Amino acid sequence: MRPFDLQRPDSLEHARNLSTGETATLIAGGTNLLDLMKLQVEVPERVVAIDRLGMNEIQATEDGGLRIGALVTNTATANDARIRSDYPVLARAILAGATQQLRNRATTGGNLCQRTRCYYFTNIDQPCNKREPGSGCGAIEGIARLHGVLGTSSSCIATYPGDMAVAMSALDATVEIVSADGSERSVPVRDFHLLPGDTPWRDNVL
Amino acid sequence: MPDTITINGTDHTLPSDPRVSLLDFLRHDLGLSGTKKGCDHGQCGACTVIVNGMRINSCLTLAALHDGDDVTTIEGLGTPENPSALQAAFVEHDGYQCGYCTPGQICSATAMLDEIKAGFASDASESLDGEMEASADEIRERMSGNLCRCGAYANIVAAIRDVASQGETA
Repeated sequence: MRPFDLQRPDSLEHARNLSTGETATLIAGGTNLLDLMKLQVEVPERVVAIDRLGMNEIQATEDGGLRIGALVTNTATANDARIRSDYPVLARAILAGATQQLRNRATTGGNLCQRTRCYYFTNIDQPCNKREPGSGCGAIEGIARLHGVLGTSSSCIATYPGDMAVAMSALDATVEIVSADGSERSVPVRDFHLLPGDTPWRDNVL
Repeated sequence: MPDTITINGTDHTLPSDPRVSLLDFLRHDLGLSGTKKGCDHGQCGACTVIVNGMRINSCLTLAALHDGDDVTTIEGLGTPENPSALQAAFVEHDGYQCGYCTPGQICSATAMLDEIKAGFASDASESLDGEMEASADEIRERMSGNLCRCGAYANIVAAIRDVASQGETA
């Protein structure tokens, strides 16, 4: 793993200030990021741990829904009594994926932002427009099992690997986003992830 | 930042290099080599430890982010003279061949039995609610994060079922 500067802010504002710049990345559960950092697919110069920022509760909303904090673990979501009774498809989708050890660390925000499992993306010896823009795509003429059939482009056929977001899309969930400049916006989960198009390095709207 | 971690009841100072995984901290810095490095990518479960009551892959977490946490490794579950119920059951049922995955299997199973008692559902659960049973199907699903290349699965399930049934009658 390449050396990096680890920061652990206590406030959202401080985290925002630390997170600006292309060489900074956020870490929550770390199950996806650290895996990719060991492979040198991700080589951030700064890693900002957001585990002290709260956002770890599931709250009832005024309109009868639920608001799941970005740092709520997949285990906590799947075992929440309200989600089990009112949104069982979400609990089932989470339980169908990964392992208990991973779900105990993996977070809601991290799950949404997890990166593709395309073998060409995770192998730095292979060309990949998502990992290294302009280098080409090894998957299109290569081993493409588990890759996209619909929504692909001439530069990338990788898929988003998560199950949780699929259930959230079916439930018409929205993502609340705070940008580095402090501005806030809401994006439907089904619009959160981007098709590869001409910019496959952009996984989502963040 | 405070930088102390409790491992098997003893406090330790965390490493200054942020790259050190919890797994490497246990094995290299503390000499607690019972926790094994299999794949180092969160797929095999050999590195499973229990942190604040929850089983996790110690290879996929930075030690520096565990200040104040309470970690239990295979060394903290029992000793050769005084093994835990699961440790004894793995011996009784021959729940291993080479033994490399066994510490992870036992740490994982220890937390798993607590999860069943707490009513955690799994992908094998017919209902998301109510009491969970430690059936063979449930154990196989719940232990799917621990791979055994020797293929000792039948005996691993037998060992865990044995302890689970003791717990239910105790």
